[in-house]
Amino acid sequence: MARIIVVTSGKGGVGKTTTSAAIAMGLAKKGHKTAVIDFDVGLRNLDLIMGCERRVVYDFVNVINGEATLNQALIRDKNCNLLYILPASQTRDKEALSQEGVGRVLEELKKDFKYIVCDSPAGIEKGAHLAMYFADDAFVVTNPEVSSVRDSDRMLGILASKSYRAEQNLEPIKEYLLLTRYSPERVKLGEMLSVEDVQDILSLHLLGVIPESKSVLNASNSGTPVILDEKSDAGQAYGDIVARYLGENRPHRFIDDQKGFFRKFFGSK
Amino acid sequence: MSTDSQKTPKTPMVLEFKSSTFSVPVLVLASDDLAVIEQQLQEKTSLAPEFFKNSPVVLDFQEINKRGYDIDIVALTDTIRKAGLLPIGIRGGNVQQNKQALELLIPVYSMHSGSVSVENKKQKTIVVPVIETKADEDVDIEANATATTLITQPIRSGQRIYAAGDLVILSQVSAGAEIMAEGNIHVYNTLRGRALAGVRGNSEARIFCFDLQAELISIAGNYKISEDLDESVRNKPVQIYLQDQALIIKDIVLPH
Repeated sequence: MARIIVVTSGKGGVGKTTTSAAIAMGLAKKGHKTAVIDFDVGLRNLDLIMGCERRVVYDFVNVINGEATLNQALIRDKNCNLLYILPASQTRDKEALSQEGVGRVLEELKKDFKYIVCDSPAGIEKGAHLAMYFADDAFVVTNPEVSSVRDSDRMLGILASKSYRAEQNLEPIKEYLLLTRYSPERVKLGEMLSVEDVQDILSLHLLGVIPESKSVLNASNSGTPVILDEKSDAGQAYGDIVARYLGENRPHRFIDDQKGFFRKFFGSK
Repeated sequence: MSTDSQKTPKTPMVLEFKSSTFSVPVLVLASDDLAVIEQQLQEKTSLAPEFFKNSPVVLDFQEINKRGYDIDIVALTDTIRKAGLLPIGIRGGNVQQNKQALELLIPVYSMHSGSVSVENKKQKTIVVPVIETKADEDVDIEANATATTLITQPIRSGQRIYAAGDLVILSQVSAGAEIMAEGNIHVYNTLRGRALAGVRGNSEARIFCFDLQAELISIAGNYKISEDLDESVRNKPVQIYLQDQALIIKDIVLPH
């Protein structure tokens, strides 16, 4: 049974697209056929992060409007042949998406894919609403600061009340917390909310913590999802998250300021 | 469908229905004497003329009808308008009053829902699915007034909950959320949002919570904002009640 995962946050710039690219790649690398869809119509970014911007012919809006078939629009990833990208249209806006059209495309994808990752735009308007509407699971990406936490909280309220599952009285969307850009040193200095603070406010199952890392920006610039950089802390953190999501039991890391400890155990890989 | 959406020369949509909630004063009438109403209304509005100037108002006839008075809606709306208020709806009216109001193009609101927004049922489901069934199945106002609404999931920022009777919440109430009840409010978790008990004037209503971090607390319209809360009552179990028009916040000492 295919599962639809929405990567959402409410607030912009917290790492939704980075996370979408990383977990889609992670799931595909684990042998699951995965599609990742960019819902940010008008502000297309996912293709850059995935390094496939030069191969975009048709896009999501073309498929919704019936101007291209799904197979024409899906781009196979260059690093993993089980991963496909459905890019957003750069020349249109969110109004080009319709609930019926999005539903139709997702239904079609579900026949062929195990996981469908929806990269939500920021905000709580139409694009973000359609990205989460059909979801089975939600990865709520949050930075350890108050405004991001509040926006995530708002998004959780919308997930619980305005999704297809909520409207049909089905089992609610499974919600997971991903804390990104985490810096234990700054938490220690009191400049950043701690994992406990965020969990206290959101009371949500923590899927993983992604440390603030140079490797994320490098990965974005080079167009390779950061999860492929297995030497980097952020890459390893995303690897943990995918494994945990798939049911593996892995202890949390990158929460405490233990640089030496980690170098000893994981740095030599 | 694909051919349908391929048509490009189409008139763009120029309208859209959106659900929105407004806070509107409700004028509860307890007499059919228009002269007295006019005089007292004048006194009230003169206290804050700017606030009441052209303010929308919903007229509540429940009290009048309970006392068996009859009131001429046409003459009444004239009186209200003369006082500078704009009636935009009535509630709690009998068949005759509802009919008269509709003839004057004044909408009739249901007594069950405390919110006066013009939401249809479907939208209501979207906003607060929890109380939707309650609002639907209850016909008897008296029975509804004593019903308790129980909520087990967290109330997130931006969500609003309205209970016609008591409201019991087992999960946290986030900052930016709003919970309202005509009766008491119990939050067996952290209360970070806004909590308004006795919203229809019940000054006996109380708020109970396990961990007070609220943005605003109010009982029967008497409110305190977060800034006014004393540090000594924060982050602990408290009850809040009204005594001589003042909000009293008192520790609840839990047995060991």
